Amino acid sequence: MNISPDSIILWQWKGVHLNATIAYTWLVMLFLVGSSWLITRRLSTGSHISRWQNLLEVLVTGMRDQIRAVSRRETGAYLPFVGTLFVFVLTCNILIIIPGYRPPTGSLSTTTALAICVLIAVPAYGIAYEGPITYFKHYVKPTPLMLPFNLIGEISRTIALAVRLYGNVMSGTVIVAILLTLAPFFFPVIMQLLGLITGTIQAYIFAILATVYIASATAAQQGVSDAGTEKTENSQTSHQDKGESHGES
Amino acid sequence: MESLDVIAMVSIITAGLTIAIGSVGPALGEARAVAQALAAIAQQPDESGTITRTLFVGLAMIESTAIYCFVVTMILIFANPFWDHVIARSGG
Repeated sequence: MNISPDSIILWQWKGVHLNATIAYTWLVMLFLVGSSWLITRRLSTGSHISRWQNLLEVLVTGMRDQIRAVSRRETGAYLPFVGTLFVFVLTCNILIIIPGYRPPTGSLSTTTALAICVLIAVPAYGIAYEGPITYFKHYVKPTPLMLPFNLIGEISRTIALAVRLYGNVMSGTVIVAILLTLAPFFFPVIMQLLGLITGTIQAYIFAILATVYIASATAAQQGVSDAGTEKTENSQTSHQDKGESHGES
Repeated sequence: MESLDVIAMVSIITAGLTIAIGSVGPALGEARAVAQALAAIAQQPDESGTITRTLFVGLAMIESTAIYCFVVTMILIFANPFWDHVIARSGG
């Protein structure tokens, strides 16, 4: 039994191997880029919009709302990175309804690559937000003795991110393969439905954790206190609005 | 061939023990988390969105320990490095 699509060789030529992971990753990327290009080719700002534009708008607004709710600040810089991660992982996991498709996220190399992207993005966003010196001071923050533990924390959460996604997707594939030998007619379908739910939730978790890591690198305390004052101000203004509307009515 | 038998036996027993013990802890933890979240939603239905989101993230992080055990089990059964090493040595 193959527990990784890395070992499925689709095509080889003079020592160049094309395994299923690379092939399906490129197919998913082509699908995403192609469909986005087709949809965004003619966008309308009027009251009548096409259904595909509606789909993309729902997706982008939903991601923006979630990022804003988790990181408690404006989403401008996060949305391209976190949204791409979410859409890619989601598409990889959802497409398992197509027979013959092996999810690229069921390979440890793909998930490790995604996790390394997060590992690099965290200091990149941190340095862009508050400059290199202030950012690297976080690593020696309580005392310089904590430097190795902070570094180990960075690396271990990257490994956890990679193995979590890999294990969840791979377990779906392996359980279906085992059940096919035991109860081949109906039960594997139910487990594949469960795999669809797991894949969607894991895509969400991956994106949310990336947001949390990046948001924590960009001066979390300041952001939280700002969001808190903003919230109370909003509630006050809404109360005032209510009072005014009551007065008018 | 003796070492192969020993490796196979130990791998299979360890794989079963790993997934058995490794799923107990996360099960208890997830049960506690869900119970607390349900109580919190029952007390504050307005905050159910935030509570549900935090619950899902927390559940995924708790569940990842069980997933680690599952990955170790799969490696022990289907991609055992010691088994491959002994096969390669006896073959070559």
